[in-house]
Amino acid sequence: MNINNEHLKELENEAIFVMREVAAQFERKVILFSGGKDSIVLVHLAKKAFWPARMPFSLLHIDTGHNFEETLKFRDNLASELGVELLVRYVQDSIDKGRVTEEQGVNASRNKAQSVTLLDAIEELKIDVAVGGGRRDEEKARAKERFFSHRNEFGQWDPKNQRPELWNIFNGRKNMGEHFRVFPISNWTELDVWQYIMSERILLPSLYYTHKRKIFKRNDVFLAWAPFMKLKPTEEVFETEVRCRTIGDITCTGVTLSAAQTLEEIVSEIAATRVTERGGRYDDKRSEAAMEDRKREGYF
Amino acid sequence: MKLNGNGDRRSLLRFTTAGSVDDGKSTLIGRLLYDSKSIFEDQMEHLEQSSRRLGKEETDLSLLTDGLRAEREQGITIDVAYRYFATPERKFIIADTPGHIQYTRNMVTGASTADLAVILVDARKGVLEQTIRHSFIASLLDIRHIVFCINKMDLVDFSESVFKDIRTDLAGVADKLEIEDPHYIPISAKKGDNVVEPSGNMGWYKGKTFLRFIETVEINKSKNGVSPRFPVQTVIRPQSSEHHDYRGYAGRVAGGTFRPGDEVVVLPSMLRSSINSINVYQKNVNEASSGDSVAITLNDQIDAGRGSLFVPPDEMPVSSNEINLMACWFNETPLRPNGRYIVRNYSCEANCSIKSVNYKMDINSLEKNFNDSLLTMNDIAHLTITTSRPLFFDPYKENHITGSLILVDETTNETVAAGMITE
Repeated sequence: MNINNEHLKELENEAIFVMREVAAQFERKVILFSGGKDSIVLVHLAKKAFWPARMPFSLLHIDTGHNFEETLKFRDNLASELGVELLVRYVQDSIDKGRVTEEQGVNASRNKAQSVTLLDAIEELKIDVAVGGGRRDEEKARAKERFFSHRNEFGQWDPKNQRPELWNIFNGRKNMGEHFRVFPISNWTELDVWQYIMSERILLPSLYYTHKRKIFKRNDVFLAWAPFMKLKPTEEVFETEVRCRTIGDITCTGVTLSAAQTLEEIVSEIAATRVTERGGRYDDKRSEAAMEDRKREGYF
Repeated sequence: MKLNGNGDRRSLLRFTTAGSVDDGKSTLIGRLLYDSKSIFEDQMEHLEQSSRRLGKEETDLSLLTDGLRAEREQGITIDVAYRYFATPERKFIIADTPGHIQYTRNMVTGASTADLAVILVDARKGVLEQTIRHSFIASLLDIRHIVFCINKMDLVDFSESVFKDIRTDLAGVADKLEIEDPHYIPISAKKGDNVVEPSGNMGWYKGKTFLRFIETVEINKSKNGVSPRFPVQTVIRPQSSEHHDYRGYAGRVAGGTFRPGDEVVVLPSMLRSSINSINVYQKNVNEASSGDSVAITLNDQIDAGRGSLFVPPDEMPVSSNEINLMACWFNETPLRPNGRYIVRNYSCEANCSIKSVNYKMDINSLEKNFNDSLLTMNDIAHLTITTSRPLFFDPYKENHITGSLILVDETTNETVAAGMITE
C-alpha cells in the first residue's frame, strides 16, 4: 500500500470492507459511474478489493447528454481497460418516451430528470444494488445517510425510517423489487479523496487540472459554457484558466479559477479553500432541502 | 484546514457526543468546527440565512448538524449525523446523536463505532438522569475513553469548587459503571473556555483543553482483542489463466495479527490449515493486523466461505447455540417472545428464537427489573437467544466485532435489535 497517511489507510480498509459486503450480499451489482473523481476512486477501490479477480460490478452511467466530451472518452477507456461491462442509459430517451418533461428556461437542468432514468435502468436491468460515491461531508442530508441505504419498490428513500447501522454489520436483506444504494466512501471528505488520488496516483480526466475554458458567471458561480446553454442578457462568456472541482452535468457544474497543474497543487488548494465543493453546484442552490427532496425521489 | 506533508502519520479518531436540548452539545461541536476552520464560507452564509429565517438572534450552529427537513422544522435532532473535521494532529469523525431517552437507539448506534465518548454536564445542574443514561450507554458499548465536559462554567463564575463537586459525583458514576479511565474538563462551549484555547478564567485548571485532549489521547486500535480473528466476507476466485488456482479469502482482520505460516483452524468446519500468503492488492505482506482488509490464501484446499472464521488453534472462541447478550431494541414493533429472528454475527447468519428476557435495565437509575419482559423501542435488556446452529463468538468486552450481533426481522428484513454478547 502506497499510503503514507494512516487515516487514508483506515478509510481505504473500511471502503474495501464495504465493497466486499456488497459483493457477498447482492446479485446484480453496478457502480454508478459519472466520470467524476468520486466514482473513479470507487472503481479504483473495487479493483483493489477483488484483485486478482475482476470486480463483480458493471459500470452504470446515467447520461444527461450534457457531458464534457472528455469524461466520455475517459469512461470508455477505463471500462475497456478493466474489462467490465459499461451500461449507459440516456435522459434523452426518458424525455422522448414522455417519462419526464424537460425543464425550460435559463436555469434548465437535467439533474433532476436523471433520477427517473436511473430508477428505470434499475428496474430494467434488475439491479439490486447501486454503489455510489456519495459522501457525508458533501451535504447535510447526506450526513444522515447510511452505508447501506434501503430503497423501497418505488426507489424512494425514507430518511426517517432508515435501518440502524452498528459496528460494521450491514444488513442488505430486502424484498423483491426493492434495492439498495451503497456508499463505501461515506466517511471520506473531499480532502481525503484528493489525498488518496495523490497517494495512489489515480488517473483523472484532465478537466480536473487547470486548463483554458469558456465560462460565464451566474449567481456567483462560474459555469462552463456549452453551445446549447441559454444565457441571460447580462451574462457574458469569456475564456480563462479554470479547473473543475467536481464534474457532473455540464449545466450545473461550477468551475474554479485556478492555476493548479499537479495533484500536489490541487491538494494544497483544497486544503486552503474556504468554500465547499457543493458551493459550486448549481443544483444544490435551489432550496434548503434540495438534496433531501431529490434523494427521496431516487437521486444518487 | 492545515495540511501536513506527504509523510505524516496522522490518525483518525471517532467520537460520539450525546446530549439533550440546551446542554450545549451543538454549541460545542459548532465551536470545534468553527475554531478548527472546518465550517466553510458558503455553509456559514447558509447558516446565517437560515437562522434569520427562523427568527433567531444569533447564528444557530445546531442548524449545521440538523440536516433533515423535519429536524429543522421541529428544531430537534432525530438521527445520527456524522461530522468531519481535522487539525494538523488528527482527523476526527463525530457521530452526533440526540440525547433524549426516546433516542437511546441512536445513541447506541453512534457509540458502536466510537473510540471516545463526550458527555456534557451542565455545571449549574450537575449529575442528572441523562448523565447517568449517557454514561451507561458509553460503558455498555465499551467505549474506552470517556470525557465528561462540565459545561457552562461561565454561569457558575468559573468556580473550582463547583467543578470539583461535580467531578466527585461523576467519579462515583464512573466507578459504578466500571468506566476505567474517565476524564473531566471544565469548559464554556459558548465562550470558548478550554475548548480550543486554554481558559483565562480558570487558572486553577491545569489539564488539557478539550481539543488538545482529543488530539493527543492514545487510541488503542488493537482493542479488538489479542486473540487473532479473521471473518471471511467472500471468496476471491479469478478463474483466469494467469491466476488459475488462486483462492483468496477476503476479509478484514477482527483481532490480533496473522502472518504467513501461521496455523489456523477454520470455523465452523474445524479443519486445520496454515496461511500461505496474505495479499493486499498486488502485494504479499508479512502480516495483517486488526482493521486491515486483506485476502488470505491457505496451504490446503478446504471448505471455507462467507461466515467462516479463521482462528489460531490455541485461542479458540466460544461456541454455543445459546447466547446471552445485552440488547437494545430498535424497532417500533416490540419483541415477539415467540418470534423467529435472523441473527447476524460478523459475516455469519443463523435463525434464532428468544429463549428468555432475563431482565430489563432502567437506564436512568441503573436498576435491573426482573419482572418486566416486554421489550419496546429504545429498551435495553439482557436476553438469551437460541440459534439454529452453534455460532462462534467472543464476549463483547474482549472483541467488539466477534462479540456483537444484530437481530433482523424475518418478514420485514428490518434490523430490530443490536446485541453485545455477555458470555
